[in-house]
Amino acid sequence: MEGDLVGRSFGDVVRRRAATHGLVVQPRMGFADPARMRAGLVATRGARAATAGTITLDSYTRVGDHESVRLALRRGDDLNGFPIVGHGPDATAAMIDGVAGPDFPIQVRHGSPDPRHIVAALLASGLDATEGGPVSYCLPYSRTPLRDAVDNWARTCEALAGARTPEREPHLETFGGCMMGQLCPPALLVALSVLEGLFFWQHGVRDISFSYAQQTNAAQDEEAVAALHRLAGELLPQARSHVVVYTYMGVFPRTEQGALRLLGDSARLAVRTGARRLIVKTTAEAFRIPTVAENVTALEYAARVAADEFRAEAPLVGETGLHEQAKSIVDAVLELSDDVGAALVAAFARGCLDVPYCLHPDNAGRTRGYVDGSGRLRWKRIGGLPIRETAEVISGRPMSAAELIDALSYVELKYDAGALTPARRPALIEKTTVKERVS
Amino acid sequence: MNLDAIDGGAELADAPVPGVLAPALDIVVTSVSSDSHTWNLVYLQLVLEEMGHRVTNLGACVPDETIVESCRTGRPDLVVISTVNGHGRHDGLRVIRTLRDCPEFAALPVVIGGKLDTVGGAGGQSAAELRAAGFDGVFQDAGAITEFRSFVAALPVAGLTTGWEPRALVGAGEAMAGA
Repeated sequence: MEGDLVGRSFGDVVRRRAATHGLVVQPRMGFADPARMRAGLVATRGARAATAGTITLDSYTRVGDHESVRLALRRGDDLNGFPIVGHGPDATAAMIDGVAGPDFPIQVRHGSPDPRHIVAALLASGLDATEGGPVSYCLPYSRTPLRDAVDNWARTCEALAGARTPEREPHLETFGGCMMGQLCPPALLVALSVLEGLFFWQHGVRDISFSYAQQTNAAQDEEAVAALHRLAGELLPQARSHVVVYTYMGVFPRTEQGALRLLGDSARLAVRTGARRLIVKTTAEAFRIPTVAENVTALEYAARVAADEFRAEAPLVGETGLHEQAKSIVDAVLELSDDVGAALVAAFARGCLDVPYCLHPDNAGRTRGYVDGSGRLRWKRIGGLPIRETAEVISGRPMSAAELIDALSYVELKYDAGALTPARRPALIEKTTVKERVS
Repeated sequence: MNLDAIDGGAELADAPVPGVLAPALDIVVTSVSSDSHTWNLVYLQLVLEEMGHRVTNLGACVPDETIVESCRTGRPDLVVISTVNGHGRHDGLRVIRTLRDCPEFAALPVVIGGKLDTVGGAGGQSAAELRAAGFDGVFQDAGAITEFRSFVAALPVAGLTTGWEPRALVGAGEAMAGA
């Protein structure tokens, strides 16, 4: 499962670097100008940590509006990421030339329900790693019908698989473990991450990372990542794989101490659970898109915390039945069709998969998550999810608008509470801003 | 058959307020084409449902034509546009001009709120510009949600636009029908 230790592809390098240097840490970063993008990658590589580089694409490229990219580039307008299709393979290859290497893997991040042009462009540029999935890059961020996203992602996986050579193993990461950023109970995150990995495998991808985003409670998160490892190992033992943890993606602490404590806890989570890679957030997260320097600071901080932590010895699976819940969901979905994509579409149509608070027309919208008194993410309503046997559901009083804000702010308030600098109470509308949707 | 797939989203409030003969409005809550954020939309839906109104939530990245189409088919009493990606001034002006260009929506109450530009209100210029273009309310900054609730509470229930069917008072059971 760990693959060979000499390859130059993304998955090989991550596993090798993690084995020798501990956790691989990775920022989010994207600039329109190739020189700035290159400088950001060089700074990431130069950080005192085992790092992976990120090329985050702009939002026009994400939605396939390449004409707007061309206009912006001609006018010299700024974009909120690197337009890999608009710049073309030669410019992109030149941008990464001498930066990408056997100890510095680079991943392209986008957020598109139709990444076919993006993947063609990154492969032609000499890159071979990206992330997403038919569910995770469709439901939260678009109105694209799930059926279309499944077809687009099937072609995308086949394009990646078609680029495989003895020296090159294309890599794809599931984003399903990060759905909605917050308030999705972990069992469903784990199930979606595994299901997207199975979809990738069915369409030819052989090197896969499974994502999980830090939520509201450390013990619950450890149990979730343990369940993710176990399910991925049971269902895709033949894949070359690793687990990637994301620092909390919801409303972020506003104080420096709070933000660093949250980042540090995500690094501990990653190490304790045997994840190989961590996608970090910075102290600027609550306010704006971070600078390169802020990203480097976050990478080095996370690496320092990780170096002081050890993998947990006791098995964490089964404490609250999270593994059983996730397995019930995965099994029920796979029973719907031998074709994982068709099974995903059928599962959402009948509410067998149903993401809390997701407004996409193809999501049934009958489930609800909430944060309980101990900070664990729990089910308030399970709708048609096949977890009636294993889930402990607190029903009754509905979630009010005020309680929703409290739940969305739970982590921010918890981590800011102990900080020395007082947290400015933010305006309500700012609290609902989730900075970077690719994140 | 997934009924929610037809109206674009499920009711989020877990139960209606029992026994309240609320003067319910039919309200469209929507983002704009460039904005993929949805927690703001979820929150507004809960706020409006708690006030007893019926919400059709169009979700993220809604094209202008989908907003117009939703107004044609759903004949809402109010359209609420919420956006937080900083392009709200630009996108909002385009949407309101499109709506006001349709004679049947000349008097339809339409409001916008959120984080509407990248400079935090631009000294009120964005709000003035958006109002001048046809928005009946522009809500941003602290306290916006209180102003928004007052605005909605003050809306007459029926007969807002010539030729529209007046809305009857509805009970809790009817409000849940189709959910």
